[in-house]
Amino acid sequence: MSYEGKEYDVIVVGAGHAGCESALAAARMGCDTLLLTINLDMVAFMPCNPSIGGPAKGHVVREIDALGGEMGRNIDKTFIQMRMLNTGKGPAVHALRAQADKVSYQHTMKKTIETTPGLVLRQGMVEELVVEDGKIVGVLTQTGATYRAKTVIITTGTYLRGKIIMGELMYESGPNNQQPSVRLSASLKQHGLELVRFKTGTPPRVHRDSIDFSKTEVQPGDENPKFFSYETKSSKNQQLPCWLTYTSEQTHQIINENLHRAPMFSGAIEGTGARYCPSIEDKIVRFSDKPKHQVFLEPEGANTSEYYVQGLSTSMPEDVQLKIVRSVPGLENAEIMRNGYAIEYDAIIPTQLWPSLETKAIDGLFTAGQINGTSGYEEAAAQGIIAGINAARKVQGKESVIISRSQGYIGVMIDDLVTKGTNDPYRLLTSRAEYRLLLRHDNADVRFTPLGHEIGLISEERYADFERKQKLVEEDIERLRTTKVKPDDVNDMLKAADSAPIEHGTDVLSLLRRPEITYAMIETIVPCSDEMTEEMKEQVEIQLKYAGYIEKQLLQVERLNKMEKKRIPDDIDYNDVSGIAFEAREKLGLIRPLSIGQASRIGGVTPADISILLVYLEHYNRVKAARAN
Amino acid sequence: MIMDTIAAISTAVGEGGIAIIRVSGPDAIAGTSSVFRSRIKLNEAESHTIHYGHIVDPKTDEAVEEVLVSVMRGPRSFTAEDVVEINAHGGVIAVKNVLDVILQLDGFRTAEPGEFTKRAFLNGRIDLMQAEAVIDLIRSKSDRAFSVARKQAEGKLSKQIKTLRQTVIELLAHIEVNIDYPEHDVEEMTSAFIRDQCSSAITEMDRLLKTANEGKILREGILTAIVGRPNVGKSSLMNVLSQENKAIVTDIPGTTRDVIEQYVTLNGIPLRLLDTAGIRDTNDVVEKIGVERSRSALEEADLVLFVLNYNEPLHEDDYELLKTVQHRNIIAIINKTDLPRALNIDEVERFVPRDAIVHMSVALDQGLEGLESTITDMFFEGQLESGDLTYVSNARHISLLKRARQSLVDAIEATHMGIPIDVIQIDVRQAWESLGEILGDEAGDSLIDQIFSQFCLGK
Repeated sequence: MSYEGKEYDVIVVGAGHAGCESALAAARMGCDTLLLTINLDMVAFMPCNPSIGGPAKGHVVREIDALGGEMGRNIDKTFIQMRMLNTGKGPAVHALRAQADKVSYQHTMKKTIETTPGLVLRQGMVEELVVEDGKIVGVLTQTGATYRAKTVIITTGTYLRGKIIMGELMYESGPNNQQPSVRLSASLKQHGLELVRFKTGTPPRVHRDSIDFSKTEVQPGDENPKFFSYETKSSKNQQLPCWLTYTSEQTHQIINENLHRAPMFSGAIEGTGARYCPSIEDKIVRFSDKPKHQVFLEPEGANTSEYYVQGLSTSMPEDVQLKIVRSVPGLENAEIMRNGYAIEYDAIIPTQLWPSLETKAIDGLFTAGQINGTSGYEEAAAQGIIAGINAARKVQGKESVIISRSQGYIGVMIDDLVTKGTNDPYRLLTSRAEYRLLLRHDNADVRFTPLGHEIGLISEERYADFERKQKLVEEDIERLRTTKVKPDDVNDMLKAADSAPIEHGTDVLSLLRRPEITYAMIETIVPCSDEMTEEMKEQVEIQLKYAGYIEKQLLQVERLNKMEKKRIPDDIDYNDVSGIAFEAREKLGLIRPLSIGQASRIGGVTPADISILLVYLEHYNRVKAARAN
Repeated sequence: MIMDTIAAISTAVGEGGIAIIRVSGPDAIAGTSSVFRSRIKLNEAESHTIHYGHIVDPKTDEAVEEVLVSVMRGPRSFTAEDVVEINAHGGVIAVKNVLDVILQLDGFRTAEPGEFTKRAFLNGRIDLMQAEAVIDLIRSKSDRAFSVARKQAEGKLSKQIKTLRQTVIELLAHIEVNIDYPEHDVEEMTSAFIRDQCSSAITEMDRLLKTANEGKILREGILTAIVGRPNVGKSSLMNVLSQENKAIVTDIPGTTRDVIEQYVTLNGIPLRLLDTAGIRDTNDVVEKIGVERSRSALEEADLVLFVLNYNEPLHEDDYELLKTVQHRNIIAIINKTDLPRALNIDEVERFVPRDAIVHMSVALDQGLEGLESTITDMFFEGQLESGDLTYVSNARHISLLKRARQSLVDAIEATHMGIPIDVIQIDVRQAWESLGEILGDEAGDSLIDQIFSQFCLGK
């Protein structure tokens, strides 16, 4: 039997990392929002590694936070280890990575959702989309409820026709033996969305008391942890170490002897796996000359004995998994608590989306997270907040928010997905960004907080804080630019730093530009204002030290923006544009880029095609203008 | 795209004529001004004015060419952008040198076919009616460029650029893995490693750039001067080679009064033949001009065909000429072998190696094969410094290769300054992109592919 449920502005299907951000953003922007999930105990569940952040991923968490999202705050409350990575490298690639207490991460997020005004969290499995005249109007659940809404966001993760594979064993399942979502795929297809089959996997978990830590190396957290959220000022969280060990010759032998039982090679797995997340059997086959691989042992929480065995992701049968695990030094007597497995699921081809993450096929329907062909909690959350913002803005009759490649990793990822698509689960890497030096961990607030404030996700108070910080940073830069020092003032300091002494008076700025001279050294000569925090000093130092390179990248961005600003009208028919190569015409028609910039990034579209398109657009606009008069 | 400043020679290039190099775009005036030595600064010059001065190579600070430069500020210009036109009149090489200096400027690149017109259109400068013509132009030129590009892509050059690019991308992937997987047990990226990789790429680039001039010879033909005393059969030889009858052939000394150019292909090697007036002292004014031109043609030539008469002993003029040209790439053609011998060949061998002496009778059409094979041998056996047929011949390719090289030099310099690797990466990536532009490859995902095929990564 079916019945009419309540009507909402926005419905979010799925409460993983994408769904949580979507629902929170929409509700905080004033929309009546319903968040539906198959199992309420799985809100913000981390089905794979117990960590958040790292290069590019950590940058994205900062961006989500600067935009007014939840992931940064949530991990700051629940981390059991915090580490700044890449500190020996340049400022653009410093990256924060946290180990999470998985259960407390979930509970904390669930509590935030439950206490957010305008947001309803409800258990329920969505089986069908309700679409009228090409426009989404609601969803139908397994229990017969029809919930109507102006916009719907689908964030089904790996649940869509999920299938777990472990050796010869294969069964329909969502992650971690959850009930999969089987019928929704058909409804998506029926409304014109094309699906692909992707695969991912996870390693076994072992009991802490069965690990011999003496055979491993300790990997502690930072003594003075930094945080993801600009709001977090301090933390009392106790930190736990991770441990490092390696596979042995025996591990490789066991795997090679059992390859015939590996679904990866027997043909049982049809989905495309992520290259950056290969199983141990895959690594050993593809890199057979590498004698050993790293294995990290990571606690899954403060109140559990489960340890995540990073590096041993596998879909081998249970008996082989046990042998593999026990061939690793330190794990000789390990007890497996959960098996590793591979999981296949349906995803949509992301070129079917606008950069707002709205589907081209169904008006008002958005998708975010793994369903869009990505992998990773952070990638999902980032899409989640953008889909949430744009679904809410659509309800409110406002223009979509589109993040450019030069603004943030969020923009890089979404542009990659909707412009180029992806052949395997997409992971963010800093190397995907052209303007890495501009997209830093430290300046995420400069890049996103004004936008977050404008769209209503950043409070007045936080925005005032941000503006104050900016002002102090600018004043300090000006101070360093204008302060002069004499040789007697600084030559001792320079000598101590192994830096050439000065002969004449000079401004402090030029000294700070020397690679070997830090802000801290300068501070001993010309102290800064008491109001300057470490964060602000870092900002000043980076902006001054890398000014030359930053300017170069800004110049490139300016060029990019020119192209991005050349909009392509949505009613353009590429068949009317004579002279474009066949392949380019086909791709342009399919992807329907919003700007010349986006068009130029489509694979197979050549600079000559772009030239022709530019000429056609000029012609088109003039004709249009002539008609209007 | 639109933001770039573009430059190209916008008149047909001819010997001795005036050539105009047109520059258009936001940096046109400031950029040109930076290499223009004159009483006036171009960026202070009023629009639609012409200025006298010299184009100076900033690297050597030497004047490359004496020029007249006109400044036209947008939108009152052909493209509606800031436009500078450089009038040069010193012949092909001087004009190319000027263009080279301009293209070295930051943000400047060679204009694509039809690009000035395209910009004029996009900026609303020319009529709508011309739109189709512009499209046709872009399309046909790009099609042609494409087929040329494809031919080159199949060639040795692209193979070498690809190898170079592979070296650079492996370095890039290594840097990226260090950044994106800081805890993985991949080899730590050191300054020394970056320097090694960059240096070996630079060495290879230098080798390719050295061939650039030879590539020009191949593309434009071996500039070949036919010299000899009057009436030894130079024009007849040329006619045989070109199988046409362009030059005037008479028995009266001095009737060939000007330099005549002919393109011929000999065993697949393009020759640009310069027939010269007989070189000798003369008082005839008209003829004197011809003789002067011959001498200058001789100086420019890549190959000298020295024609001698079998039927006459070596003349004083011959000795003088032989002395002038003996250190050049020279082939002595002993013509008129159908007549009785009066020439002392041993004497000729004092100046010309024996295997570069060819006997011919142009009148009887004998000995042409001998000439062909001698040129071929000389060409392929490296006497023209061209043992390898891989050439970077395209001006665009040369400037991209130079740019890539500069980026790697910058990267090496940055390692000495203690700049962090992710910042050095910017230079290395720039080198990789410049090399990619030569091949017409899109940057795309190939770096990501490289990272995952080169390193074992994952959780």
